[in-house]
Amino acid sequence: MRRTLFSTLLAAALWPATLSANDEWDAAIGTILSVGPEGEGNAAAAEAHRVLTAAPSSVILPILHAMDGSGPVAQNWLRGAVEIVFSQQDSGGDSLAADLEGFIGDTGNAPRARELAFDLYEELQPEKAASLIPGMANDPSNALRRRAVALLLEEGQSLAEDASEKEAAVDVLTEALDVARDIDQVEAIAKLLEDKLGQDVDLPRQFGFLLHWHLAAPFDNTGREGFTAVYPPEESVDLETTYTGKDDTEVAWQPFASTDRYGKVDFNKPFPPLKEVTGYAYTTFQSAEERPAQLRLGCKNAWKIWLNGQLVFGRDEYHRGQRIDQYILPMTLKEGDNTILVKACQNEQEQDWTVQWEFQLRVTDETGAAILSTDRKPTPKEEEPERRRG
Amino acid sequence: MNRLLLAVLATAALPLTSHADWLNFRGPAGSGHEPSATGVPTELSDETLAWKVPLPGRGLGSPVLVGDRVFLTAASGPDQKQLHVLCFSAADGALLWERRFWATGRTMTHKKTAVAAPTIASDGKSVFALWSSNDLICLDLDGNLQWLRALTLDYPNASNSLGMASSPIVAGDTLVAQIENDSESFAAGFDVATGENKWKIDRPKAANWTSPTLIEIDEQPVVALQSSKGILGVLPSTGSPIFQFEGGASTIPSSAAADGRLYIPSNGLTALQPGANGGDPEKLWNESAQRPGTASPVVIGDRVYIINNAGVLSCADLETGERLWRIRLERSEEDATPIKAFSGSPVAAGNGHLYIFSETGVGLVIDVSGDEGRIVCDFDLDDTILATASLDTGAVYIRSDKAMWKFGTE
Repeated sequence: MRRTLFSTLLAAALWPATLSANDEWDAAIGTILSVGPEGEGNAAAAEAHRVLTAAPSSVILPILHAMDGSGPVAQNWLRGAVEIVFSQQDSGGDSLAADLEGFIGDTGNAPRARELAFDLYEELQPEKAASLIPGMANDPSNALRRRAVALLLEEGQSLAEDASEKEAAVDVLTEALDVARDIDQVEAIAKLLEDKLGQDVDLPRQFGFLLHWHLAAPFDNTGREGFTAVYPPEESVDLETTYTGKDDTEVAWQPFASTDRYGKVDFNKPFPPLKEVTGYAYTTFQSAEERPAQLRLGCKNAWKIWLNGQLVFGRDEYHRGQRIDQYILPMTLKEGDNTILVKACQNEQEQDWTVQWEFQLRVTDETGAAILSTDRKPTPKEEEPERRRG
Repeated sequence: MNRLLLAVLATAALPLTSHADWLNFRGPAGSGHEPSATGVPTELSDETLAWKVPLPGRGLGSPVLVGDRVFLTAASGPDQKQLHVLCFSAADGALLWERRFWATGRTMTHKKTAVAAPTIASDGKSVFALWSSNDLICLDLDGNLQWLRALTLDYPNASNSLGMASSPIVAGDTLVAQIENDSESFAAGFDVATGENKWKIDRPKAANWTSPTLIEIDEQPVVALQSSKGILGVLPSTGSPIFQFEGGASTIPSSAAADGRLYIPSNGLTALQPGANGGDPEKLWNESAQRPGTASPVVIGDRVYIINNAGVLSCADLETGERLWRIRLERSEEDATPIKAFSGSPVAAGNGHLYIFSETGVGLVIDVSGDEGRIVCDFDLDDTILATASLDTGAVYIRSDKAMWKFGTE
């Protein structure tokens, strides 16, 4: 009994090495998984790649399994091997098709591996593959989920053209909105719901943009030196404190709520458009549990971001463009209160496309689904302009 | 055996065509002129179109020609995160193989450019593909993966939100690439066999879309790295500096090299003679009125050609920089698709003609062999073309996002 238990435990520890019955393949896969930074291990990986691409199609499944937990570099090595082996396999792919279908069906397998398996399966069994797509609306793989959302969007679009199907259209598109992760699909669905079907869509909430902040500015950024300068908010944040900012300006934290559809926090709103300045934005985020998550930032100014006082990342690029999820920063939320501090630096450029001094930030899981603070306030509404009294 | 018969048999054993190879952006030395490419058609038309093939996603890197194969990159998907390397038969455009990879770096670009903006480089045995995501991948000519590098994973701030476009070049056993941007900016020499760094040097922290140029100094190859600061010439195998020109230079059109001299888009156009033993290079002349636009200059014989942002082609004397003539690049018919602008650069073969394609998809062939340039062909491809053409014996290759064309009979 003890010996059997030991053997089982050993096999589990060696997974996936024992998944294939071929030691040579296992060794080759292991070599590829060991590739390090700056090309370390590339020569051995190339040889291992040759071993795998000389193998029959039965090597495909072990390679797909090996993608679980592997890094992006190893995944590309493994993908390359799979696609070459697949291109070499003969048309008698029934066994392979069955294996791929089983692999795809297990959503515990690595998303990228399932995406690749689906591409291969689709070539072998296009109709069967197509039949799987509607069931993938909540798939952990964004690539597979996207296909399912596309079907929902198409269905919703078609229903929306018929006034008698308005309720059905709203139902389908609402379902699509809940599961969509790609920005272009979310925007397309929201547009249909709002413009065609007269529904209200809380887009900032849908995306999970952080809208309520305290801002402190301006600090100096002359000569772009503000990026590396350490101003007091980087040492500690006390919302009651005042600081001495650029040109001896008194700087106090002031509340700011973004009413922008895409959650932009615009320093130019509370402060006059300024040049060569640095601003800070501070907020808190309540998490129900400790968990991995992502900070997804869009910013065309130089920026840094801290989570719970720890610097996550920074970038000193100015005015090269901004978009949602421009930077995706993995991090871990702690249970309860988390603090987020953003530093945004405006530089000296005078062109009209360099006016922006702003950022947009959301918290998501790895698929891009919004994680909302447990104390999230309602999305602020844009204030109605005051009516002129006649 | 009869000598005549032997000669006939020997001739029959020869390949029916020979290829000039076009191994990187702007061909030989990255300078845009391949004099050994003969028989390049001077007519672009439906009659001279050999084939046209569809391409996935987006891309503006030039086709690279190695023997009888044509290599290209592309990137597809909603955020261009699917990277493609494609290999076609030069003879009939048949897709011989395709390899796909996931982008490991950032894929944000300006909408005009694309993730597959850099052109492949080749040493004749392998192809080295670089994308704006800073994925650098080496495959042999049959598509077997030799090595790959995820440069943004190695150097997290090496990226440009507008997109990166510099194309790498091979010199000996080193692949040289400029990964220059506002933040983590560097140039590196990679071992062509393994992809490991042979050298890596910091570069000016400024966005830079130019590509390295090869120049020969004292019979040794030197790579000229252009940036907003000027030109740094380095030995490709070690990255050791050989010469430096600090007069500033453009960050979009690249330089051209000819006979050990460089013609640099700097304060207009500047001709430079790097020193025989290193040291300060000699500025031979500067013509501030000769201002290349997006297109890089090209040298043919004793003349240098530039196209400015107004779509005017100028020809200057190579020794003095004196302008000899200029012509506006325009259509032969008034109601034809207008030319508007050029994103690609002119290239030249051994026939005294320039080849360039406008953003509106108009292919132009310009005879520059005479006292003044003369447009001999303007042909509509009915597509947006931002790429630079590639030339081979008897052929012109050009690509858009959607397709690649081959003109010629070879």
